[in-house]
Amino acid sequence: MTDSTAQVSKSRDLDKLLLRPGHLVGPTFDPGTELRDDIQEYVKILVVGAGGLGCELLKDLALSGFKNLEVIDMDRIEVSNLNRQFLFRLQDVGKPKAEVAAMRVMERVAGVNIVPHFCRIEDKELDFYNDFNIIVLGLDSIEARSYINAVACGFLEYDSDDNPREETVKPMVDGGTEGFKGHARVIVPGRTPCFECTIWLFPPQVKFPLCTLAETPRTAAHCIEYAHLIKWDEVHSGKTFDPDEPEHMHWVYSEAVKRAELFGIPGVTYSLTQGVVKNIIPAIASTNAIISAACALETLKIVSGCSKTLSNYLTYNGVEGLHTKVTEFVKDNDCLICGPGVLIELETSVTLRKFIGLLEEHPKLLLSRASITHRGKNLYMQAPPVLEEMTRSNLDLPLFELMDKIPKDIVHVTGTTSKSDKKTSSLMKLRVIFKGVDGVADMDTAGGS
Amino acid sequence: MIRLFKVKEKQRELAENTNGKSSFTKQSAGEIRLHKDMRELNLPKSCSISFPNGKDDLMNFQVTIRPDEGYYRGGLFRFSFKVSPIYPHEAPKVKCNSKVYHPNIDLEGNVCLNILREDWKPVLNINTIVYGLYHLFTEPNHEDPLNSEAAAVLRDNPRMFELNVKKAMAGGHVGDNYYSRCM
Repeated sequence: MTDSTAQVSKSRDLDKLLLRPGHLVGPTFDPGTELRDDIQEYVKILVVGAGGLGCELLKDLALSGFKNLEVIDMDRIEVSNLNRQFLFRLQDVGKPKAEVAAMRVMERVAGVNIVPHFCRIEDKELDFYNDFNIIVLGLDSIEARSYINAVACGFLEYDSDDNPREETVKPMVDGGTEGFKGHARVIVPGRTPCFECTIWLFPPQVKFPLCTLAETPRTAAHCIEYAHLIKWDEVHSGKTFDPDEPEHMHWVYSEAVKRAELFGIPGVTYSLTQGVVKNIIPAIASTNAIISAACALETLKIVSGCSKTLSNYLTYNGVEGLHTKVTEFVKDNDCLICGPGVLIELETSVTLRKFIGLLEEHPKLLLSRASITHRGKNLYMQAPPVLEEMTRSNLDLPLFELMDKIPKDIVHVTGTTSKSDKKTSSLMKLRVIFKGVDGVADMDTAGGS
Repeated sequence: MIRLFKVKEKQRELAENTNGKSSFTKQSAGEIRLHKDMRELNLPKSCSISFPNGKDDLMNFQVTIRPDEGYYRGGLFRFSFKVSPIYPHEAPKVKCNSKVYHPNIDLEGNVCLNILREDWKPVLNINTIVYGLYHLFTEPNHEDPLNSEAAAVLRDNPRMFELNVKKAMAGGHVGDNYYSRCM
């Protein structure tokens, strides 16, 4: 009796979303207690990052009724995290973020299970990522987002009509904050633009001309970048600068101060040094909370269908007053990461040379003088001559062998296309399928590849 | 998508996927785009490229420039390129591996070329950078100095600058600095 009342009150707000029908719901929404229970039992979510956003995300997702969470982060807790990464305490400094964050949320939210992974995202096998229904990102770098995006889009398969196969779609919810600004977006590979479709959204980093740093510094940031980019190498020959090494940072700071004194420039502080070198903009706890809430809600919407999902990019700006806007970006159908690519069926005996010839005749491609890459291996490069020479011996080998006997896979090709007499160089994605190769019969080689 | 997730969970219990190997193998979008740059590479005769890590690592390569005109004619200068996984969002990192007496290249090999830093745009490519580097040797520029001594000599006494360049390239001291032969 007491148990059941506790249960009801605990998910009271969630029940309003999951147990009642509505007008703005998704097409497959099926309200009821079964939905609520299924979400707890079947849905497995990965949170990437256990920093400012990650702490909020874990808390929000746990309180939204998700029971199976995992979190991955390679960092350890620093004193400067404590003002906003609220799952961490002073005595946690130096411990892995993922482990402490998982433990703290489990202590506070009954019934939730969070598995921490203290490692780099690149260290995990692809199968690790494939195990989750949704991947939620609380990251601070373009590189890491680009990596996870490529992994998630790599699971995507298209049918023969170039429609995404639903069971291979791995949705992502991406949050990002910078000071008072933030974004939340929903990426459903094959349906909404992926991270690479819209990479142009990210403004280029501000970089100062080296000669300005060396000769005519005018600002505190110039002095810091001088110490970081020029002076460091001059003094520490061969040793790479590590921004996470406090000793290195202090060295850069003291050199920057000397330089600033020399040129009469005010304003070099240790925190500015960190900011300039690591490209940090002071983090604001409330921005993280708002963006995380949006991400957690989108996750719940994707899973349950209790409302239509965000389409597909929300920006938040709290610098002056408050401004939010949702923009529907469009997918790049030719995207090399999430697009279907052109389907090509081949006999296993086709040599690389013949394959390159086929691309020239293929009505959808008309690609001449193609260079071919498969899984990061350059099978043939037309240019520069030094690479052509290194790859020439592959030309008379069967493509099937060169592709490690994988029955179907993606290859990337670069070549020249001519449309109405205009020659352009283009880069394309192909889905190569070998005829008459049974995936199961080929277990031996597929397993080893 | 809950229904789908449930179905998938049951499928997983029945059989571990047999043929569902993902096509992603740590090949970044930057690497794929670089592939296109390489195929389009159209270097001047005086420049050549090499791949010290073999044919499958295009992200780290070297460019050798042998200027055929100007102060640096006959010299041989090596640059190392390091391309990031988010190329072309970010410019490649380029360093000069040969110690050179040059107003726009310092003794650590840092290069002051606008398109490598403040003026980089994703529409630019490896070819543009190599031409930019080549241009530094045919038209050294005293207005954007990284080696201010060399810049001052070039500005005030071009004849002396020419002699200094020759001296450095032949292997010898200019001022306090020793330059190894690079001809």
